Amino acid sequence: MSTARAGAPRIGVLAVQGDFAEHLATLRSIGVAATEVRLPSDLDGIDGLILPGGESTAIRRLIDRWGLREPILELARSGAPLYGTCAGLIVMARDIVDGDATVLPLLDVAVRRNAFGRQLDSFETELLVPVLGDQPVHAVFIRAPIIERTGPGVDVLATLDDGRIVAVRERNVIATSFHPELAGETRFHRLLATMAAEHADPAEGAGRRRHPTRRTGSAGGAGSTAS
Amino acid sequence: MTVQTSTWATKKGLAQMLKGGVIMDVVTPDHAKIAEDAGAVAVMALERVPADIRAAGGVARMSDPEMILGIMDAVSIPVMAKARIGHFVEAQILEALGVDYIDESEVLTPADETNHIDKHGFKVPFVCGCRDLGEALRRINEGAAMIRTKGEAGTGNVVEAVRQLRNVLSEIRRLEGMRDDELFVAAKELQAPYDLVRDVAEHGRLPVVNFVAGGISTPADAALVMQLGSEGVFVGSGIFKSEDPARMANAIVQATTHFDDPKILAEVSKGLGAPMRGLALEQIPDAERLATRGW
Repeated sequence: MSTARAGAPRIGVLAVQGDFAEHLATLRSIGVAATEVRLPSDLDGIDGLILPGGESTAIRRLIDRWGLREPILELARSGAPLYGTCAGLIVMARDIVDGDATVLPLLDVAVRRNAFGRQLDSFETELLVPVLGDQPVHAVFIRAPIIERTGPGVDVLATLDDGRIVAVRERNVIATSFHPELAGETRFHRLLATMAAEHADPAEGAGRRRHPTRRTGSAGGAGSTAS
Repeated sequence: MTVQTSTWATKKGLAQMLKGGVIMDVVTPDHAKIAEDAGAVAVMALERVPADIRAAGGVARMSDPEMILGIMDAVSIPVMAKARIGHFVEAQILEALGVDYIDESEVLTPADETNHIDKHGFKVPFVCGCRDLGEALRRINEGAAMIRTKGEAGTGNVVEAVRQLRNVLSEIRRLEGMRDDELFVAAKELQAPYDLVRDVAEHGRLPVVNFVAGGISTPADAALVMQLGSEGVFVGSGIFKSEDPARMANAIVQATTHFDDPKILAEVSKGLGAPMRGLALEQIPDAERLATRGW
């Protein structure tokens, strides 16, 4: 339990380059504690991590230069939720089509950079993301990547009309080609915060809250709570 | 599903993706590769870096489209290119080439002494220079989706960049403290549209991303303007006029990310070789100052 208060997760935003300020503002707007991550030590006490939009070629170099790769993989292995937008998706993809080496192989997908073309092809649209409800997401795509292959453990969360995949989830990792943080869309961040709270305090939402007066770690403690 | 391209959100959004990064001037595809490998978030394709434009004199124009296309082919990061102030046909040509951003730049010789380009009419986004808040807001009113302070390009001297950035940010702070009825006069004094002035006063920032340009030539320079409140940096002559461009480029990238960590700044500043040779501002006659171009 890394947070001071159970159920109040603290989410880090990788702040080496890109639109990390917009992600921090989105998290704070929904009352979630958020903090910038530039060095491995910044990951201490974090229950979830956002990898923002930006230039993936720059972000990958900064991740390597400051030794962030292994600590982020370790955070993901611990079950903490991660969410990547645009460049964040590229950085977490197991395969990058046409060349670049994998950075953080966390999502069993193949992703193509700048898949729609150059800036003149950047666009915005209303996108149905069923897991977030009937209200469509206003999605801004900027020199965006596309997911061309998904592995068996990957859930597709959204596609364009032509079937191209633009949002996925595999276990504790979520990624989108587009930028909810540019459009005042908070549902992805709320989902991440919920997952982070569950990670920080497994009793959260699991129907097995400890009795408030029972001390943890004592015999017959949380582990033996009947369900 | 309706799809809209070239919206305000996509134009402004690309600049938001560049934040915390370094945009580097390059004159060949090889330079562009060096910049990309060093971690540049975008490159500015131009025929000569500002220090050489300054040395050569004469009229500086948009670069040869073939050279710009060569650079667009060489790298996967966004490519920007410069058009002369007011030269909307150069801008049309750059848009036809498919560049990712146009810089309507005082580094080139202005084509119009009164009017800037009507940037709303273009699909491609524009970045424009400014020396103060009023100039920034006039450019945004014309459709600029990103602003940079001009500094004094090609000097390797950060003093103008610092002056202008402090200028813009302190004017923003002044607006924040004003009563609503004082903003009308502020707009008049700034020679800027009231709606934009009010927006700045409300949010305490420009409505678009704000970088610094013109004079950054060391990692410490980059960190200085970042600590003062810039959202990223343009480096022109500072990289390819230094002794070891690849190392200097990389060091400036690291310093822009870790701008607030003096230990890291000390580490990345080690053994970079000589930075570009700088110019004292007093050595430049007023007529040769680039920052005074644009109105």
